[in-house]
Amino acid sequence: MTIDAGREVRVNDFAIKLANVNGTGSASANGLLMQAIFRMGIPVSGKNLFPSNIQGLPTWYEIRVNGDGHTARSLEYDLMVAMNAQTYGEDIGSVRSGGYVLYDDSWPLDAALLRPDVTLLGVPFAKMCLENFAKPRERILMKNIAYAGTIVALLGIDADLVAGLLAETFARNEALRESNQKALRLGYDYAVEHFECPLPFRVAPMDKTSDHILIDGNTAAALGALYAGATVAGWYPITPATAVMDNFTKLCATYRRRTVPAEGPDESPTVVNDYCIIQAEDEIAAIGIVLGGGWAGARSFTSTSGPGISLMNELLGLAYYTEIPVVLFNVQRTGPSTGMPTRTQQADILLCAYASHGDTKHILLFPADPKETFEFAVESFDLAEHFQTPVFMLMDLDIGMNDWVVPRLRWDDARTFDRGPVLTDEDLAGMKEFFRYANANADHVAARTLPGSDSKGAYFIRGSGHDAFGRYTERPDEYQEVVDRLKAKHAAAAAYVPAPMILRRDGARVGLVTLGSCDLAVREAADLLAERGVAADYLRVRGFPFAPEIREFIESHDHCFVIEQNRDGQLRSLLALEAGVPLTSMTSALFYGGFPLSAGQVVDAVLENLEA
Amino acid sequence: MPSITKPLIPLAPLPTNDLGLTIRDYEGAMSTLCAGCGHDSITAAIVQAFWELAMPPRDIAKLSGIGCSSKTPTYFIRGAHGFNSAHGRMAAIATGAAAANRELTLLGVSGDGDSLSIGIGHLAHAIRRNVKMVYVIENNGVYGLTKGQLSASADIGTRPKKGEANVIAPIDPIMLGLSMGATFLARSFSGDKEQLVPILKAAVAHNGFALIDVISPCVTFNDHEGSTKSYRFVREHEVKEVVTDYVPVREEITATVGGRGSRTVTMHDGSVLTFRATPEGYDPTNRLSVEAYIRDHQRHGEVVTGLLYLDESGSSMHEVNHTPAHALAKIPVDRLCPGSAVLDDLMSDFR
Repeated sequence: MTIDAGREVRVNDFAIKLANVNGTGSASANGLLMQAIFRMGIPVSGKNLFPSNIQGLPTWYEIRVNGDGHTARSLEYDLMVAMNAQTYGEDIGSVRSGGYVLYDDSWPLDAALLRPDVTLLGVPFAKMCLENFAKPRERILMKNIAYAGTIVALLGIDADLVAGLLAETFARNEALRESNQKALRLGYDYAVEHFECPLPFRVAPMDKTSDHILIDGNTAAALGALYAGATVAGWYPITPATAVMDNFTKLCATYRRRTVPAEGPDESPTVVNDYCIIQAEDEIAAIGIVLGGGWAGARSFTSTSGPGISLMNELLGLAYYTEIPVVLFNVQRTGPSTGMPTRTQQADILLCAYASHGDTKHILLFPADPKETFEFAVESFDLAEHFQTPVFMLMDLDIGMNDWVVPRLRWDDARTFDRGPVLTDEDLAGMKEFFRYANANADHVAARTLPGSDSKGAYFIRGSGHDAFGRYTERPDEYQEVVDRLKAKHAAAAAYVPAPMILRRDGARVGLVTLGSCDLAVREAADLLAERGVAADYLRVRGFPFAPEIREFIESHDHCFVIEQNRDGQLRSLLALEAGVPLTSMTSALFYGGFPLSAGQVVDAVLENLEA
Repeated sequence: MPSITKPLIPLAPLPTNDLGLTIRDYEGAMSTLCAGCGHDSITAAIVQAFWELAMPPRDIAKLSGIGCSSKTPTYFIRGAHGFNSAHGRMAAIATGAAAANRELTLLGVSGDGDSLSIGIGHLAHAIRRNVKMVYVIENNGVYGLTKGQLSASADIGTRPKKGEANVIAPIDPIMLGLSMGATFLARSFSGDKEQLVPILKAAVAHNGFALIDVISPCVTFNDHEGSTKSYRFVREHEVKEVVTDYVPVREEITATVGGRGSRTVTMHDGSVLTFRATPEGYDPTNRLSVEAYIRDHQRHGEVVTGLLYLDESGSSMHEVNHTPAHALAKIPVDRLCPGSAVLDDLMSDFR
């Protein structure tokens, strides 16, 4: 029964927030809702705001639905699903005026929490599950699916589609499949019976996601490493990067295993793994393993987060100076120190740009979402070998651990891999003499040989001073010649890293410069600013060293904002240091509380500054 | 100190090995260590061992950390790739190189500072993983390059050249190895090439991590009275009871050996290791009795040398990981990439 009279109806444009207790199984119910909306063809996002805890602490999940594709985090919650009594006060307080709160009315709600401008929807979920399920654990788990059923009814989500998704998930477990379907139906029926369904904000099918997928960045990173042909990985567990290697391990078990035929009549065929993943004793060993693998000619990588990068610093300098290809996935979290391990930030930009002691400078790539993560990941292995140097994939927790709706990943079978200059025995045979660092190419990279190649190509590398040939030196001129070439080599990478993404508007005098996962929020902010009469151009930095267009963009705008998720304006500083743009020509807009960025925050910061 | 190319002085025709190479072909640059340094004798033993094994230099990769000992890989086997890496990190880097190319014979050279202090974690875990490599600790009890501070292997009572006697218990790499599940543990003395060469050869044949602790006196900072790593002390206190011979697989075994406690162990590649003389009751394949024997002698201030422990039944890192017989690094990347059809198919998992 639907009565819309007198109510403003908003289709495919709303946000809901779900408040849960960590470790109670809510994540799968929340993910199910998001997946269902995605399958209905509607652009959607899900942000998991979870604690650094295994069980018991409050956790939230936010779903934003937006038919126009604005799926950055929204702070305007139309519906609060308050399933955690610990946080009722905070949760009920955060719903927008005119919004709704869904709660478990098995127990009465404290009158002090009531708000006259918010509609309360009470459903006796706990009671319902107590009556319908026998096992204690089931009663807790099924409460989640029951509230999902209620939300399906409240938002007008296709109930058959949700039932189908549950059937897919529990295809192999009939008992669980039936419990889930039953719980879904309980919640759904209660809502239809007791409330006006759907609510004034609701979904309606669209056709905007049929060529899209739902994927997190850590999975995409692992896929990138698989497609790039990485074979050696060294790693140490750390939130939020652990899933990169978990996924790589799973993918390798499927796509990198092959059966070798028996060698003799008495032998049996063997299954071999075309990969070697080593869980190291610490991050120092992890990067050491990657250096060893890269030196010996295998595509090698590690995945880590800020604290791991801190530990890896010494060997990153060794890789830079001895010119060894290395790929690092840094899924950034909130620092300093242990910081907030389950919160997102972009605060390792300077750490990675200059990782290690002495004069070092690295190549950085800044993907915005899982699709770019996949593409840049493949690219990072090419860049590492082309330039024989460490390459950092600077992701963050938001990209790595949240599910994103992105276009399907594609692979071009005609794509070739850039292995950089490597000499074979045949090449060596035609040479008078080989020196490791001599005869650099136009990109200032010298051809290398791999261990195991002809003795003519044998070389001895060292982290200590060496001359242009690779021989030990302590002479000032010989030392400088090498570090100057390394600087030129780094600069040459500007033409190879992904170009900045630029979106222009007529008559824009304001520029919005950003990077990584700020993408959607800042693009939406540019739209919102235009509605408020401020035309703003958009530039997203996608790689370091910086392409010349970045400097031109900043110089051609009266007012440039650099929007990033750290306290100190690290991208702005790096632009000033490395792109030659005066620091004063850029204004920082900084968001570093640890949650994903929303457009409203950017608009407020920009307008406040322009008005001042 | 720069490395100095060794002048090749033509001598009377030198003997050649099966590859037609002379011992000179296994040498490297001129040593820049102090005259009389024990490390140079170890270098000579390495040169001798690999020449006798007739291993093509290109098949060898030399790795080291930082310190006097770690400088030595430039002094031997110039035809092999070498990596003088970072302080304490060689074991980790060698693990990665082993993962990438199992066809290489990895020879790691480290010191007591490098292996027993800053890098002890990496050493312990390389032992646990049973990375197939030879790992030589050139153990002199001091930090030479920084002028004589005591290291973690210095015995209690050892007096540095300047300062107070050591009062902290030493770390014995052999005991560390026994507790970490090491599969090949040997101790030798740099002044004893006759003992060290067969141990090195057996270590190369070993299917796993072969740790060789070589006491190597530091003539500049730790060869004085009061040192337990001096030439004089080791010569006076060495108990050289576990004597071994190594017979490569391709040689016919003709020597018959006997004596007390003689036994043979067949190595992974078919070569044979003979414990020519072992003390009564000593079983080099029994972890507990090896530990008891070494501890007993330590109590009397004696240093037991020889190939002390061997277990050929363990699985190396590659066997545990089921990697192919040839180097991962040699598999063409386009063969490793699953291609568009697989990705298109995979995308349905993300709907």
